Amino acid sequence: MSDELTFNYTIDGDDFTRAGEASSAVKNKLKMLGVDSDAIRKVAIAMYEGEINMVIHADGGAITVTVSDEEITMILADRGPGIPDVEKAMQEGFSTAREEVRSLGFGAGMGLPNMKRYTDEMKIDTVIGEGTTITMKVHL
Amino acid sequence: MKIREMQKVLDAQFLYGEELADLDVEFVFSADMMSDVLAYCGQCSVLITGLCNPQVVRTAEMLDICCIIFVRGKMPDENMLALARGKSIVLLATEHFMFTTCGILYENGLRGGA
Repeated sequence: MSDELTFNYTIDGDDFTRAGEASSAVKNKLKMLGVDSDAIRKVAIAMYEGEINMVIHADGGAITVTVSDEEITMILADRGPGIPDVEKAMQEGFSTAREEVRSLGFGAGMGLPNMKRYTDEMKIDTVIGEGTTITMKVHL
Repeated sequence: MKIREMQKVLDAQFLYGEELADLDVEFVFSADMMSDVLAYCGQCSVLITGLCNPQVVRTAEMLDICCIIFVRGKMPDENMLALARGKSIVLLATEHFMFTTCGILYENGLRGGA
């Protein structure tokens, strides 16, 4: 693959049952592109966690995935409430999710730590009241 | 162990994927929190859970899990069955509780982690 490929997704914040559709689509595209299976797994897990977070905390948002020869870049941007304490949010087990979300199997405070665990680079830009943009890279 | 053998020892019902029953599995993970599954599942190919919503199938898809076992008689709805069909993920349902399900599979040679 000599040129970069870019895929854009809009994440619906209203429907928890549809959360993960974008991650599923990206996983399929990467398979078709012949990307290494370990890298696909890392991208799928990290993006899925991010997508779930966007639905749980931020009423949806937008995801851009760029694939080059060297890396896969995921940019997840929302216009949610922002993260007041990023360091705390990165601790395993810390969660501000509602009880309803926990009953659906998420909100255990593993989302952001998992995203970091499965990616080679991760950067969080957040502004209270304006939103959060998370950039993650998986090297190929 | 083949999925068909798991189905027999658990006295489980195939909800989808009987044609995939000859797939071999070795490592199993059990949890109701999908966050934990995503964090710790490793290379496990079977998920045992009492949670029953579409995100269970989505989580399995992201982790390349080939079989989900629903415990305590939980029954997925048509939406979940359609998702599983689309991803070729076998769905089993057993009346056993989580602990018993894990114990039976362990006794039959399956292990956790990877």
